[in-house]
Amino acid sequence: MTDATPLLEARALSFHRQDERVFGPLDFRLDAGELTLIEGDNGSGKTTLMRLLTGMLHVREGRLLWRGEPLHRDRCAGEIVFLGHQLGLKSELSPRENLRVAAGLYGRREQAGIDTALAEVGLAGYEDEPVRRLSAGQKKRAALARLLLVPASLWLLDEPYANLDRTGIALVNRLLGEHVARGGAALVTSHGAVGFHGGEPRRIRMHAA
Amino acid sequence: MSRAPLAHACATLLRRDLTLAWRQRGDIALPVLYALIVSTLFPFALGPDLALLRRIAGGVVLVTVLLAMLLALDTLFRGDIEDGSLEQLMLAPQPLALMLGMKILAHWLTAALPLIVIAPLLAGMLHLPAAVMPVLLLALLLATPLLSLLGAVLVALTAGTRRSGMLLALMLLPLCVPVVIFAAGALAAAQQGLPWIAPIAWLGAALALAVVLAPLACAAALRIALDS
Repeated sequence: MTDATPLLEARALSFHRQDERVFGPLDFRLDAGELTLIEGDNGSGKTTLMRLLTGMLHVREGRLLWRGEPLHRDRCAGEIVFLGHQLGLKSELSPRENLRVAAGLYGRREQAGIDTALAEVGLAGYEDEPVRRLSAGQKKRAALARLLLVPASLWLLDEPYANLDRTGIALVNRLLGEHVARGGAALVTSHGAVGFHGGEPRRIRMHAA
Repeated sequence: MSRAPLAHACATLLRRDLTLAWRQRGDIALPVLYALIVSTLFPFALGPDLALLRRIAGGVVLVTVLLAMLLALDTLFRGDIEDGSLEQLMLAPQPLALMLGMKILAHWLTAALPLIVIAPLLAGMLHLPAAVMPVLLLALLLATPLLSLLGAVLVALTAGTRRSGMLLALMLLPLCVPVVIFAAGALAAAQQGLPWIAPIAWLGAALALAVVLAPLACAAALRIALDS
């Protein structure tokens, strides 16, 4: 996959907040069917990079290309699914209702059902419980179920392992494996050591400025 | 893969916000209660002078309803910003302005519609002549969505700041004034038996403009608020 234009490419990407460098300059490329791990200590700009990649922050220095063209929210609309520190779950709604909203906005993958997605992340029996009554790990799982449901080619996962137990971590790894096998791409931030099945992922190392 | 159709996405979001409002229905009751209390207190404070009450009834109900609406305004986008739902909404393939329009519609349905429903009761307590009642309802039906839309823009503009309530109130005042002037103008004209359609038409024109422009302004403001 060297000839094709990469799904996502960063060239000399850096970010300053009030004249203070947050990270960069950074160069990387991400192809379809590839998993990249972003590593760095607290405050090294991992989340800022994620927000740049979602298009929520404007790229001011360097270039960020989506399928060969500058990243713009109209071009990648609906192709990126983002899971950040704020999970985007409504605490008054149940996991099922939350997923129904996600499917209503982002669309639904073929053969993907809300109940099967919830069962797969281990929330069977909690479908109708308000999210505020779930534990932190269960909330995370409810948010992960969104990944199973929506058709997106790029997953941006910011600290997906936080709050998860060992089976939860295995679950994230399995979801990532299946997504990559389907030809999807994923960028995952983490500050811990993470083991993946099937080959070593590419790593981007970020340092605190 | 199946992309969600636009109408379906709108319905989904509207349903979500209405469900959320229903689960926290105490919050809906508060503005209604407030409006009820304020307009009950007026006759006590002013004395049971029928002619006086009849003259001020329209204005009192109008101002009370508009103020009661403001109670719920600053929560419009706060919840979505705090739990990350707004980020999810921004990344969704639908136009953000349209989705925010749906949120404003849901807000109007939950915050303003109950007030419009009890407005005839409030007006009746203050002896508003029955002939003026339809004009009052018409004025409220146009003025409340207008205020919702204008307020939403300001809420979006102040979304990035902490304790935006004070700023919001200050900024909203000059926008409230024309709405109140036109709505009250229609009521006063109706009470004197004069043609009242002109101020209502102005409200309608302003509403048409706001329906188109306010969601766009909200979307731009919220994008700026999250771009930091």
